[in-house]
Amino acid sequence: MTQHTPALRLEGIVKTFPGVRALDGVSFSVLPGEVHALMGENGAGKSTLMKVLGGIYQPDAGRIFIEERETVMRGPLEAKAEGVMFIHQELSLAEELSVAENVYLGELPRKRFGRVDWATLYARTDAILQKLKVRFDARTRVGELSIANQQMVEIARALTVNAKAVIFDEPTASLTDAEKVVLFDVIADLRAQGVGIVYISHRMEEIFRITDRISILRDGAYRGTLETAATDEDEITRMMIGRSLDLSRNAAAPDLGPVALRAEGLSCGHLFEDATFEVREGEVLGFYGLVGAGRTEIAETLFGLRTPTAGRILLKGDEISLGSPVEAIARGISLVPESRKEQGLVLGMNCRDNITLPQVDDLTAGPFVSDGAEISIYDQYRDRLAIKSPSWRTPVGNLSGGNQQKIVIGKWLSMRPEVLIVDEPTRGIDVGSKSEIHNLLRELAKQGYAVIVISSEMPEVLHVSDRIVAMYHGRIMREFTAAEVTEDGLIQAISGLTGDAA
Amino acid sequence: MRDERLKTLLKGGAIWGFILLELVFFEVAGRIWSLSGNAFVDLDNMLLLLKQAAPIGIIAVGMTVVMINGNIDLSVGATYALAGIVMLDSMSWPFMEALGAGAIPLAWGFALLTGALLGLINGLIVWKTGVDAFIVTLGAMLGFRGLVFMYNGEQPTYHLDWTMVDIAEAEILGLQTPALVFLAVVLGVWLLMTRTVHGRNAYAIGDNRDAAVNAGLRVGPHILINFVLIGVLAALSAVAFYSGSGSVNPNDGMLFELWAITAVVLGGTKLTGGRGSIIGTLGGVLAIQLLRMGLGHIGAQTETVNLVIGTILIAVLFLDRQLNRKGAEELKI
Repeated sequence: MTQHTPALRLEGIVKTFPGVRALDGVSFSVLPGEVHALMGENGAGKSTLMKVLGGIYQPDAGRIFIEERETVMRGPLEAKAEGVMFIHQELSLAEELSVAENVYLGELPRKRFGRVDWATLYARTDAILQKLKVRFDARTRVGELSIANQQMVEIARALTVNAKAVIFDEPTASLTDAEKVVLFDVIADLRAQGVGIVYISHRMEEIFRITDRISILRDGAYRGTLETAATDEDEITRMMIGRSLDLSRNAAAPDLGPVALRAEGLSCGHLFEDATFEVREGEVLGFYGLVGAGRTEIAETLFGLRTPTAGRILLKGDEISLGSPVEAIARGISLVPESRKEQGLVLGMNCRDNITLPQVDDLTAGPFVSDGAEISIYDQYRDRLAIKSPSWRTPVGNLSGGNQQKIVIGKWLSMRPEVLIVDEPTRGIDVGSKSEIHNLLRELAKQGYAVIVISSEMPEVLHVSDRIVAMYHGRIMREFTAAEVTEDGLIQAISGLTGDAA
Repeated sequence: MRDERLKTLLKGGAIWGFILLELVFFEVAGRIWSLSGNAFVDLDNMLLLLKQAAPIGIIAVGMTVVMINGNIDLSVGATYALAGIVMLDSMSWPFMEALGAGAIPLAWGFALLTGALLGLINGLIVWKTGVDAFIVTLGAMLGFRGLVFMYNGEQPTYHLDWTMVDIAEAEILGLQTPALVFLAVVLGVWLLMTRTVHGRNAYAIGDNRDAAVNAGLRVGPHILINFVLIGVLAALSAVAFYSGSGSVNPNDGMLFELWAITAVVLGGTKLTGGRGSIIGTLGGVLAIQLLRMGLGHIGAQTETVNLVIGTILIAVLFLDRQLNRKGAEELKI
């Protein structure tokens, strides 16, 4: 196998964004007829690397070779022309068009005067669909298909060209087990035809089932390549999460206060069901699970963004019902949302105004907002959280991810909450700031706040939590204390392998 | 840092630079081409400018608020006409006639109430149905115009009250009532947008509605208030104009919404919300009115006005895009 020239080779790719070095000299190659897994935590740089390969981002340094021929990817069209095809996690299909039109989008076969050659179009598409053994035909409207079948349309698109490399980005995220089998067959076929396949996934079971080699990224840097047959989960996990950052286990819980928030049998449709847990003052409760396990939805329910379909929420022992975030905030529940930029910040506004946004109503002198009162609140939280910003006038969009996150946290601390829920506290934040945020969360607990941390990063959850709730498919599988938790135990719980619903 | 400041200044000041350019151009061109030796830049001319700019200017101020908020209101032209009709028609209702001059403030009140009511309808629909404001107010534009025609058919609504005319033509410092109302509205709404909680929230909601919801802002009621505000301002514009003219044609106010939007966008307000300023809109309104006056002054055909304004609008937005470097990360189309 090593005799072949690689179908695809990346060399020393560097890409920086303001405040973050997303890729730091990453090299990576895929042989023809190989399924090569690309693994790493969220934020390790997998997506950025693939965007560089697809021409969506231009690398700051580094080279791309297709069959050892150096290539510059200026955009998706060029990637396609080079035979590099992407099957995206988020499907990019025109739902109102037919399967055939989607498959040949941009290069519909034509007759004279620019008329579409429908007969050829449908015939060619049906031939591809047959290879994929699907049960719909070229004329079906894409919007009528299930997600799994829509994914097949994306794959069909990759088969229209003489693909040299096909990249699957978390392709099984929304597939059932039966659908996965079909997908794996398709991948096996492609592999037999000598196509190089990049397979991005978090799921160990799949990795061991279908891949030949595994390359690992951590914090934007290449950490090595393993032969799948000669490694195990432990080694992969170590390479993915081991880091110089202090992520020692959290010591045993200190003296805790009374229960601040308790959920009993809380459900919201099928998003999550029968969740029972509590968090005490002075405690950090971690929620760990795969994307889609229902953790964020629980947070949104506690914050009044979703209405529970069953169960109750008790705040300091009193049952409460939350119709909206307005009510949650009034009762002292705050949420630092999962995506800072989309849900947490008003990027065009300055630092001060973002911090005072929820309470600006109370900062008025006569009919007007009092500048002085606002600035003093900003100064207070800038000092307390060590926010690095040139001035309060700086638009939040110009700050680094870590400082943006501190602004969101400062916003809620200034409201003096009882319960602080932080969803993915360090997503997209570089390593140095990560540990600052971690320390901050620990510190807040020490000061007596009840803190709930949701994270997809195991070291983070282990580092900050006093107790950890493991979720799988909308259910709480198990609850661990800091003393009893093990990495294996956690992984098994969030993969649905062990335990009855707690 | 200094670069940032310079850029902000350039972006904010662009419209005023453009106005200056217009003044110089029309003054010089007027002297070269115009047979009359009249100066273009002269006090009377400028005072007249403010008065002529008032009807659309008052509406544009309201439009700025709604657009910063991330919405739009296409129904203002129809609201303007309907409020004018209600005002003039109410003067001839029997109980109003019995009041004599006392009926005038009441008629104004009816007009403003009409505007508030129409704005309330728009706002409620946008809030409660979640349908895009563009569609809702497009429907309202047709619907309200329908009401205008139902009121009096194709006939103009007519009522001339000399006391009312006197008030409309009263002057302070050479400024007639409509110009004064315009300036007062600019000042008031400027304070609202820059100094109050409502203004702050308007920017936040327009910039990132999700973040605003998450911060506990009551987004729905906030949007509703802004639609009521623009409705009232459209009616106020009608009050200022029709008190003097005394006659509403059922087609009056058509295209006002588009002129208002043009002025707002020229003034630097983003179509997608979150950014913009009342002062910028004042600049946009004056720039358009100057262009109309100036083209007349140099003897250009009035038909050329729209062509020129349209061209300038696109040129200004292209410049804005370049200055903001928004295009850099976007896909080429």
